[in-house]
Amino acid sequence: MPAKILVRYGEIALKGKNRGRFEQQLRKNLKEALKNFQATVEKMEGRFLVSGPEENRDKMVERLSKVFGVVSLSAVEKTGLDLEEIKKMALEMAGRVPADKKEFKVETRRSNKQFPYPSPEVNKILGAHLLEHYPHLKVDLEQPDFTLSVEISHNKAFLYLDRVEGPGGLPVGITGRALLMLSGGIDSPVAGWLGMKRGLTVEALHFHSFPFTSKRSQEKAIDICRKLAAGSGSIRLYMINMASIQKELRAKCPDKMAIILLRRMMLRLAEKLSTERGLQALITGESLGQVASQTLESIIVTEKVTDMLILRPLVGMDKKEIVNKAVKIETYDISIRPYEDCCTLFLPQNPVTRPKLDQVVNQEAKLDLETLMKEAMDSLETTLVKR
Amino acid sequence: MEEIYLDNSSTTRPYPEVIDFMGTALDKIFGNPSSLHQKGIEAEKLVEEARRRIASFFTDREDEIYFTSGGTEANNLAVKGAALRNRNRGNHLITSQVEHPSVLNCFRYLEKEEGFAVDYLPVDNRGFIDPEQVKKLVKKETILVSIMHVNNEIGAVQPLEEVGPLVKGANPSTLFHVDAVQSFARMALDINTWQADLVSCSGHKIHGPRGAGCLWAKKGTLLQPLFHGGGQERELRPGTENVPAIAGFGLAAHLTSESRQRKAAALGSLKLSFYQALENNGVELYVNGPTPENGAVHIINISFPGLPSEVLLHSLEERGIFASSGSACHSQKPEPSHILQALNLSEERLQSALRFSFSFYNSEQEMEFAAAQTAEVVRELKSMFNP
Repeated sequence: MPAKILVRYGEIALKGKNRGRFEQQLRKNLKEALKNFQATVEKMEGRFLVSGPEENRDKMVERLSKVFGVVSLSAVEKTGLDLEEIKKMALEMAGRVPADKKEFKVETRRSNKQFPYPSPEVNKILGAHLLEHYPHLKVDLEQPDFTLSVEISHNKAFLYLDRVEGPGGLPVGITGRALLMLSGGIDSPVAGWLGMKRGLTVEALHFHSFPFTSKRSQEKAIDICRKLAAGSGSIRLYMINMASIQKELRAKCPDKMAIILLRRMMLRLAEKLSTERGLQALITGESLGQVASQTLESIIVTEKVTDMLILRPLVGMDKKEIVNKAVKIETYDISIRPYEDCCTLFLPQNPVTRPKLDQVVNQEAKLDLETLMKEAMDSLETTLVKR
Repeated sequence: MEEIYLDNSSTTRPYPEVIDFMGTALDKIFGNPSSLHQKGIEAEKLVEEARRRIASFFTDREDEIYFTSGGTEANNLAVKGAALRNRNRGNHLITSQVEHPSVLNCFRYLEKEEGFAVDYLPVDNRGFIDPEQVKKLVKKETILVSIMHVNNEIGAVQPLEEVGPLVKGANPSTLFHVDAVQSFARMALDINTWQADLVSCSGHKIHGPRGAGCLWAKKGTLLQPLFHGGGQERELRPGTENVPAIAGFGLAAHLTSESRQRKAAALGSLKLSFYQALENNGVELYVNGPTPENGAVHIINISFPGLPSEVLLHSLEERGIFASSGSACHSQKPEPSHILQALNLSEERLQSALRFSFSFYNSEQEMEFAAAQTAEVVRELKSMFNP
């Protein structure tokens, strides 16, 4: 018997053509997530039914629970629309529940109104049936130890005990393509994840500073992308070396301006890459007011170098919320590995917190921006990081 | 780009002869030495040949050699094995503050979890312990003293010829363990003068493979095994023998000691040439540990004040020169090594220390080139870090 998994999705507000596109993309993404599992994805009313080899069931649930657009999923047992058959399956499933879980309830949803028994009736029949066969069980509708759920659809019934939450959101690929500025810190992976959650295809750009930073900090960016790829299958990662730009800034500009100047260079490079790659927006892990580079003034002066749309999904989050999210999406442990990134290196004692645009532009006049940009772009490396 | 590998205390490039020999062993001599048939006998022969080769570095007694997975396991077997097996005679142990973590952490374990009392000997600012101090600490309850031969980070050669007799003079039944991972086959081990009972060795530090090392244990020394299983290695180290690695280890030890007899002076002069060339290039430096004329012939530890070790390391890497900041096992922690800390160095020297370690594969030309490159890197970085 193949394992069956019921996949539920949300965004009920979607209507008409949009709903079709949503479902089409989600189905594609589900299939991609199940590649190598010999699984099939079948469309039902408002759900997908995934079937695959029983031995892969837990792995499939794990994979599917990370696909954006999935609200929740359950490993289910399928029966025909026959009450006796449903009762038999209910008994079998309740038998698998550990004996210390005694209090239960039955919850039926009947989307097929032709089915002769209304939902409360089915609950009662199955409840009584279980009590009769398992004397240790007790009904508790308020706080049950386990819930046996039954869904009656137009030609079959599904029974399940567990429900695994998915990330929700929109399937990756339906809203557009964006470039994530991925530093390796705690914030930017969360920003990328949130962008993906809203249906963006995300590519990532990591700036390093070899030999001032370790090659291991580049490995860190790759490992973070592997975690993000759990939601999309793969992430294209670009890496650019900022060492020569940092040297030039060290030589020609005051220390306290280094960060704002560096960030403007990064943004220029990100824009250039986006243009070449047909990416429509940038995503950053910036939040307001945490560090000098994140004062409103600093962000304003930084973003003056580009006309591109910059998405900052973290702007409404506290540090603690960001950390919690990073832990949840499994990037936190990677982010805290102790390798310097190019922003923490040469960190000046007193960076300017409220830079003025004309000051910054004056400093940039001392630099040969075009040559610096070209040199940096020449160091571009691309990796496709797969799940 | 030509590569110059100056990190031979971390690990070494295997001899081509070793690689060939191991390839053949892996391919053709795949039997289990415990098997009664021809395949088993062939494999056993390889292990016994290696055992004879290794025994020749000690007393030629093959039954004093216990093959292990490497230096860490040999140190664990020696320290924990000796302490736990002989605890009926006392609960006092002595070691030094500059031991390798695979020794130090065994003592910390014995102290914390097994209720032993441990004295950790300090060192002077060149990294040497004071034999008189050892003598003062040895008492009736002292069952084990463990002191390394050559320090892995600074190359200090401990005065074991004094320590051993003093220990035995104070308490003849105290066991004396020597971690000789850095010196085995590279230098003569005078176990008779040291009056040693246990000596740890490793294969991959002497151009052999990872995954093989050994503990030499003087006949009659009582040890408790770390593992329990089949009866291999006279029940002290059960587990199917890693035949190809053990065979490669035996051959590597043999070849290294041959090279040593032919080229020991040459290896020492490589270190001095490198140091001299740095001096001639006018580089500001401090040697950590013994003076270049003293110390093990293959290790020198140098601080380049004002420059972070890791940036130096990567800048040299960019030019094809591989060195180490701290010892490789803990260069991932930002904390300076416990060994350099034990020397009471200034913070500036701690943060800017690099270890260069040499092998018979290096040449005089390489020393000149590597020193010139190092000087250039130091000059270049000085302008960035102390403009």
